Amino acid sequence: MKDTTQGTDLAIEFVGVVKRFGDAVAVDGIDLSIRRGELVTFLGPSGCGKTTSLRLIAGLDLPSAGHLRIAGRDVSRDPASERNVGMVFQSYALFPHVSVLDNVAYGPVIRGVKKAEARAKARGILDQIGLGGLHDRLPAELSGGQQQRVAVARAIAQQPDVILFDEPLSNVDAKLRRKVRSEIRALQQEFGLTAVYVTHDQEEALAVSDRIVVMDKGRIAQVGTPEDLYERPASAFIANFIGDANLIEGRVAAGRFTAAGLDVPLPGADGPASVSIRPERIALDATADGPARVAGATYLGSRMENAVALGGTELLVSRPISEPRLETGQTVALRIDTGGVTRLS
Amino acid sequence: MNAAVAIDRASVGWLGLLIGAVAALPWYAVGAFGESALVLGFADRPWLLPVVGLALALAGLAARTRDWRRHPALLPLVTAAQAIFLLQAFAIGLNGPALPLVGQIFPTAQAGQTGMGAGAFLAGVALLGLLSDGLAARGFCRGERFASACVIVIVALLALFVFFPILKLGAAAFTDENGALAFGPCIERVTVRNLWGLACFTSRLSCGVVINTIQLGLLSATLATALGLALALLVARTDFRFKRVLRALSILPIITPPFVVGVAIIVLFGRSGVLTQFGAELFDVRPGRWVYGLPGILMAQVLAFTPVTFLVLLGTLEAINPTLEEASKTLGARPLRTFSTVTWPLLRPGIAATFLLAFIESLADFGNPIVLGGGYDVLSTRIFFAVVGARYDLGNAATLAMILLALTLIAFRAQTRWLGRANYVTVTGKSDAGLVAPVPPMLKLVAVAVVLPFAAFVVAVYASVLLGGFVTDIGRLDMTPTFDHIRTAFSFELEAEGLRLYGSARDSMMTTLWVSALSAPLTMAIGILTAWLVARQDFAGRRAFEFGTMLSFAIPGTVVGISCVAAFNVPPVDMTGTMIILVISVVFRNMPVGMRAGIAALAQIDRSMEEASQTMGAGGAQTLGRVVLPPIRPAIFTALVYSFVTAMTAVSAVIFLVSARHNMATAHIMGRVENGEYALAIAYSAVLMIVMAICVALIQLVVGKRQLGRRTALTAAAQPAE
Repeated sequence: MKDTTQGTDLAIEFVGVVKRFGDAVAVDGIDLSIRRGELVTFLGPSGCGKTTSLRLIAGLDLPSAGHLRIAGRDVSRDPASERNVGMVFQSYALFPHVSVLDNVAYGPVIRGVKKAEARAKARGILDQIGLGGLHDRLPAELSGGQQQRVAVARAIAQQPDVILFDEPLSNVDAKLRRKVRSEIRALQQEFGLTAVYVTHDQEEALAVSDRIVVMDKGRIAQVGTPEDLYERPASAFIANFIGDANLIEGRVAAGRFTAAGLDVPLPGADGPASVSIRPERIALDATADGPARVAGATYLGSRMENAVALGGTELLVSRPISEPRLETGQTVALRIDTGGVTRLS
Repeated sequence: MNAAVAIDRASVGWLGLLIGAVAALPWYAVGAFGESALVLGFADRPWLLPVVGLALALAGLAARTRDWRRHPALLPLVTAAQAIFLLQAFAIGLNGPALPLVGQIFPTAQAGQTGMGAGAFLAGVALLGLLSDGLAARGFCRGERFASACVIVIVALLALFVFFPILKLGAAAFTDENGALAFGPCIERVTVRNLWGLACFTSRLSCGVVINTIQLGLLSATLATALGLALALLVARTDFRFKRVLRALSILPIITPPFVVGVAIIVLFGRSGVLTQFGAELFDVRPGRWVYGLPGILMAQVLAFTPVTFLVLLGTLEAINPTLEEASKTLGARPLRTFSTVTWPLLRPGIAATFLLAFIESLADFGNPIVLGGGYDVLSTRIFFAVVGARYDLGNAATLAMILLALTLIAFRAQTRWLGRANYVTVTGKSDAGLVAPVPPMLKLVAVAVVLPFAAFVVAVYASVLLGGFVTDIGRLDMTPTFDHIRTAFSFELEAEGLRLYGSARDSMMTTLWVSALSAPLTMAIGILTAWLVARQDFAGRRAFEFGTMLSFAIPGTVVGISCVAAFNVPPVDMTGTMIILVISVVFRNMPVGMRAGIAALAQIDRSMEEASQTMGAGGAQTLGRVVLPPIRPAIFTALVYSFVTAMTAVSAVIFLVSARHNMATAHIMGRVENGEYALAIAYSAVLMIVMAICVALIQLVVGKRQLGRRTALTAAAQPAE
């Protein structure tokens, strides 16, 4: 029905999508394209519209305005049951009254595959995913990690156009998260799935994504690769939300940025400017007598965090644990990695 | 896509049904015209042709456009067809045109038309189906066709069986004896002194019926709430030894036929009552008729409503987070101070809501006032007497019903307001840590002092019922054991003369069982679907939908009964005197039973399980059938039996709708009470109660076991899996 010549490479397209709940605007005009085989993460603080956007893709909510295309087809008015989107829920949402095997076979059976055939298929996926011996268990008889893998297997079994993950790690033990997220990433690549992943954890987003969509108040704040977002944040919001950042107001003149006690090279137009400098891009030199003074130290095990007072502002500096400790009150010189200074819009 | 083809098939099904209904099926239920709308339209009933034309236009649309479900012309065509369908049905009545001008446009309409038949009925259903499909295609109910259809069907059912009768009744209030529109008689009926008189406060004369109703409601609600609170405090907050007995007490009103308590009170406290005689001998006073009137009704109502207020207040008490009380204690407050500054303020909104609930129940109560009223009239009995017997005066009944409805709605509005503000005591579903604070000892003492006489009273009432059916005449203290009454009521092997009477007792029992058996699954289905829509679906107008269903529950049974009489004894939907109307009225009276069960059961099912099912391609019906219902089967079964049992004791609405052919047990018992055949009434009631008690015991047995089974399964599952 739809023009597919341009759509072949695109799995999902948001075109001016708006979602209102009563008077509240949850999603406020989103334009976004997601390519086939890509893992895109929606990241943002709670209430930013990331989960609503995910539900719009699933069809669990319908947009109030705008269009949504999946695999080139306009699905803006199609209910969830008429799309082909797999979803892994935060709570896993496994059916408690049927076996693991029948949970995974549910999608194919609903779509008209014969029961025996659907079960054979489900068996294959469960084996592939490493849950071979658990076919006949009930979900309640599995550990949390196993339940989650069943939920993923179930979403894969319907051969979806897109697979969605709604904060899949929030019910996983903190220790296991790293393992589970790399499993998810591996499965997504193994099955060549287009995936959309929602999380509020920036580290998780950086770890799994091809691209990250940072959302704020229902709008897209920035889209880019993890490196783009971390190294070149477009705004103070992004700089603050992803990792830690020192935000400094100053002026740019003749290719140099100057602020109280700071003077670093920064190309760009002259005028007032604000910049972001990551804590690990600043080094402290205790041997030189500099303009800054150590205001505090926090031992974090893997690194040391120092608060440094500089001309009325306070900077956060992250230092390797191997460097010598600094005394509070000590004066130090700053060495700023010039590549790590990002001008914010 | 496959899915797209499937949708079209469903919509085409509705369209086929519509075409078939207008072209091939008999449009009218009775009469000489066993023909379809198409045939009749071209013969002498041209007003049927627009519906036929629109049906054909829809078929044309479907044939020409591939995605016709989304075609902008679909919804206008469907709504136009519905409007014309309804207009023709109501514009031409049994005896000719009901609206002006219709007679001039269609001269043949003077002959009138009878009620809807299969054709008209199915055409209406098909149009609703098309409407829900069309709306779903526009994103209604998130595009979910099944949910959309459920909304449309339930709205249509409520409109037809609840709100249309009320409107019709309202109209009846504004007509004179000849059925013409007139405000005079209505104003006259509203302003008569015997409605609003306040004489009882200043003299020995009786008050107006409205004043009586309010007075009874206030007293009964106050007493029932106080007793309910005492019981709830004892059960939730003390180590009272007989908690289980008190909890069991809450089942009693469910299995108590409406007149039983009244009759038992007469048997105990009437002029020749057991206790009256005893008291008269003891204190050497003349036995009086004091129980008839306010005191008797009050006793019966308090007995009937206290279990309800108890359960509601128990829920409120258990919902109070114990950590709040613990916090108060750690801050140094003594028990009495904790109770008065923390527990009591949290309870207050619940108490207010409970009071209003009991007040509404008292307004709606029909069984107790009619048995125990004596000269003390209330609105529900006055409505009944306005249409029963020789003085059939629908206008008067309608006016009184409107006053009763207004009172109820005011109380209902106040109740929803209170509950709306009382959000901070709602159940969160999280188990709160902490031990509940026992009530101060003094309070416990008061509660016990209040509860014990009440418990004794309950025991006396039910003992006399169970005993009364099996002794010769408990009213005259002849305690010789006998099965005569049972034999009289249920045997037809006696002499030929008595056969008809005895047969009728049996007939009413059979009808009651049939009506209950038919209505229980319907109640359950509609209740669960409504709960599902309200709790889980998201559609434009959901708030209004929820409010509409709540409102329909608040309408007193007497008003429902009289409104059904007003609405369904004439075409286009004439069905008074049938069993269908009994079933329908019972279904809509008991819908709260099904809905409450549905909401409680749905709370156990994680919403995302439904969503998971949907993302895997299951529609609403498949999701309900495969994911939502299987885990909550015990809850459904329980509610099914309860709606069966509740149906057996329905009285206030059905009393208006029973007929000679389809009499119900409760109506039959009322007849026996009116004739003073108390022993027979009690015997019949005892049999009903035994049947119902068996049903309830059955649930306990089946569901209780099953839950036990589930628990062991869960403990097994708790073993480490790896």
